[in-house]
Amino acid sequence: MAEFNININGKDLTVDADPNTPLLWVLRDHLKLVGTKYGCGIAQCGACTVHMDGSAVRSCQLPISTVANNEIVTIEGLSEKGDHPVQKAWLEHDVPQCGYCQAGQIMTATALLKRNPNPSDKDIENAMYGNICRCGTYTRIKAAIKTAAKSQSA
Amino acid sequence: MTKLKTGIGRRSFIKSVSMAGSGLIIGFNWLACKREVENAGVEEEEYVELEMPEEWFELNGYLKVGENGVVTIYSPNPEIGQNVKTSMPMIVAEELDVDWNNVVVEQAPLNTDIFTRQLAGGSQSIRQGWEGLRMAGATARQMLLIAAAKQLEVSESELTVDKGIIKHKASDRTVNYGDIAKAASELEVPEEVELKKNDNFKIIGTSRKNVDGRKIVTGQPLYGLDVDRDDMLIAMIAQPAAFGMQFKSMNADKVKNMPGIVDVFTIDTYPEDMEKEWSDTAAFSKLAVIVGNTTWEVMQAKKALEVEYDLKPDLVKKIQILEKSAGMNDATGMESTDRHKSLMADIGAKKAEVVRRDGDPEKAFKNAAKVIERSYTCPFLAHNCMEPMNFFANVTDEKVELLGPIQTPEYAEKSINKRLGYKLEDIDIQMTRMGGGFGRRLYGHFLVEAAVISKKMGKPIKLVYSREDDMTNGVYRPAYHVTYRAALDENNNLTGFHVNAGGIPESPLFANRFPAGAVDNYLAESWALDTNISVGAFRAPRSNFIAGAEQSFLDELAEEMGQDPIQMRLDMLKRAENDPVGEKNDYDPSRYAVVLELVRDKSNWSDQSAGKARGVSAYYCHNSYVAQILDMSMDDNEPVIDKVTCAVDCGIVVNPDAAKNMVEGGTVDGIGHAMYSQMTFSEGIPQQENFDTYRLIRHSEAPKSIDVYFVENGIDPTGLGEPPFPPIMGALANALYKATGKRFYNQPFINELNSGTKTVKG
Repeated sequence: MAEFNININGKDLTVDADPNTPLLWVLRDHLKLVGTKYGCGIAQCGACTVHMDGSAVRSCQLPISTVANNEIVTIEGLSEKGDHPVQKAWLEHDVPQCGYCQAGQIMTATALLKRNPNPSDKDIENAMYGNICRCGTYTRIKAAIKTAAKSQSA
Repeated sequence: MTKLKTGIGRRSFIKSVSMAGSGLIIGFNWLACKREVENAGVEEEEYVELEMPEEWFELNGYLKVGENGVVTIYSPNPEIGQNVKTSMPMIVAEELDVDWNNVVVEQAPLNTDIFTRQLAGGSQSIRQGWEGLRMAGATARQMLLIAAAKQLEVSESELTVDKGIIKHKASDRTVNYGDIAKAASELEVPEEVELKKNDNFKIIGTSRKNVDGRKIVTGQPLYGLDVDRDDMLIAMIAQPAAFGMQFKSMNADKVKNMPGIVDVFTIDTYPEDMEKEWSDTAAFSKLAVIVGNTTWEVMQAKKALEVEYDLKPDLVKKIQILEKSAGMNDATGMESTDRHKSLMADIGAKKAEVVRRDGDPEKAFKNAAKVIERSYTCPFLAHNCMEPMNFFANVTDEKVELLGPIQTPEYAEKSINKRLGYKLEDIDIQMTRMGGGFGRRLYGHFLVEAAVISKKMGKPIKLVYSREDDMTNGVYRPAYHVTYRAALDENNNLTGFHVNAGGIPESPLFANRFPAGAVDNYLAESWALDTNISVGAFRAPRSNFIAGAEQSFLDELAEEMGQDPIQMRLDMLKRAENDPVGEKNDYDPSRYAVVLELVRDKSNWSDQSAGKARGVSAYYCHNSYVAQILDMSMDDNEPVIDKVTCAVDCGIVVNPDAAKNMVEGGTVDGIGHAMYSQMTFSEGIPQQENFDTYRLIRHSEAPKSIDVYFVENGIDPTGLGEPPFPPIMGALANALYKATGKRFYNQPFINELNSGTKTVKG
């Protein structure tokens, strides 16, 4: 066990954990931030996606020892009141079915729009390829991303 | 108006006060409610918190009204993503005549005294809940009206209600539901209530957002895996690597000293003398268990744990292939997909149990000018809910507390009663929102495992399956095989139809579904093979294979007959309607035809532009009718699905946009499983254990657009979660044929697409 100083959702925190513990489990078990989901543990499904310095990363493959001073944002920290344009677009399109994968989908989509404010269909498909939705809400996810892109540029 | 007795067999209308104090875990004191606000002339949506009342008054087991007019409606059935947590309360709210913006929805606990059929399965929640939910709302509305009439000293017939406000027009006086709730709650439940005419629906048939939507997009704890308690430990299991094996011994010493590990032991989930429920299907009963402080620590210990397994002795036996056949000696009990395939092909070529016979099929085939014969197969499938199996259990000397994702809480309660001996009233099961179900969570072995572990530890525990545990400890969709034969006369008229269907370990045959009833000479045969691989229901059981196979065969048949595939089906349905063969046909030919005609019109079927490959399919299951047309092209041997058009008859649609979401999802799900997914075995070992090898459909492979049209016929609601899933597999196969010139017979189609040699039309 070792102590790590990390910055999660704008807060400086200290956690005591095995250095190999993936960020996913630090978030879920140590910090009780359970919005980030466990889906596969091998970076194949995207349910655990968070932002590290603004980029989408799979928290299940990120040992806590490598997080260091990078700023981590989770679904809980994406916006104060749940009113990020991507979250609003998700609600407008009523995207979720079971909803389990959606936090990861939203985090990947948000990172995409940050680096590419007007993504084409192909851009969206490529960026979202790593996020599985077993319920099959892909068409709505794409529509919501386009709505969010529009509202951000408005 | 429909008048209905409230007392007949409806326990739910006995006023219940037990609900209020039943210790709901998923308490809501905060609600995301949509309200339109006027702001400088711009209408925009704003999320506001509803102010909770100081006091609640229960009018019946389904709802309570606060003194400020806010209404809580309990959603009785488990939520697996089919959106019943929104649509079931909508039905109550409709008859209650309340403002939907004033409604708070709570997941009801398991309570068989109040609710009937608290189960997510068979696309039955809305269908079977329909009348009871309406009566719950209507009864409460009636009680509020009686109380208001008393207070205003007028007769009930002089009162009108709109959005929770009771009005006496003549004197221009109003009473809010909140004002009168206390008085209403003291009244007797009326013996008779009137239900609304469909024309008067204000909520049913309008799109309402998912009541959990805001919690989902902000990452609030909703799922079983999110459950947390102060003194809770994490438990994981270790299971045999192969079906056909069982636990023998383990060396736990090293692991017990690893960081964060509390205990390592074995459990026997289902002892041999226990009388099991149907929902107690499980891959393995005896399991090694590791308990510790955090999930990661337990995962590390699980990896390090040395466990030995040996062959299950009762599997060293002969597997009988029909009673008459010689039988195959399955010496090891370790099964492989290759062997399954050859066994199914062998037996599928033989005569089997006759389930239905119309006319003289043997003669029709003997006299045929041409016989078309094709065989279709599909593999086992894992459910792969995105939230792996898990459950929270806190078993004390006095009671059992269980909290988590389960489709069959009522059966789980019985299983716990039998396994641990607690009385039903001492077993409390609470349902969390589920990260997918698809049938997997009908089988509550993980709940029983969690309870047994908690009892052994004397502490609250959360059992967590890794993805690998989840995928390799499955209750899989069975593997199936079907052979179709059609007899044609010299004029290419269909004179005989023969279906021979079976699987491991069940047959997918529905002998009385279309095209039974539309062909003079018809024969349906069925067979099944044993297996030691655990199987169970998977979204639209059996239909999820046979629909695609049948619809592919009909497409090929239409081509042989030189007919348009839609017109051929419509002609057959016309025959089944006007002059049906046999008496047991279990579909309505006219409703079948309507969805086909609707999808033909909406998709502009006659447009056969260059580069556009189109396939059609239609199927009836779970009391609903779905027809789909899939448009696609090939891009460098990769299928690109441009568009799917769906026509659906599921009766009255409660929540149209959410229903559309369900049809879209079923369509994507069906394309994905037919095209990409398979669970294979080698010597009993599952060959896929995570999403790097188990392929699920991804964003770029989904249709670019999906259009959904519902038939408006005012018929009471029928199923929707399952019906859009099976037929799309046929539409996909038929479109793939147009796009590639090859017929596709064996799922997943990606194998045949990549093999490049097989299945040339012939």
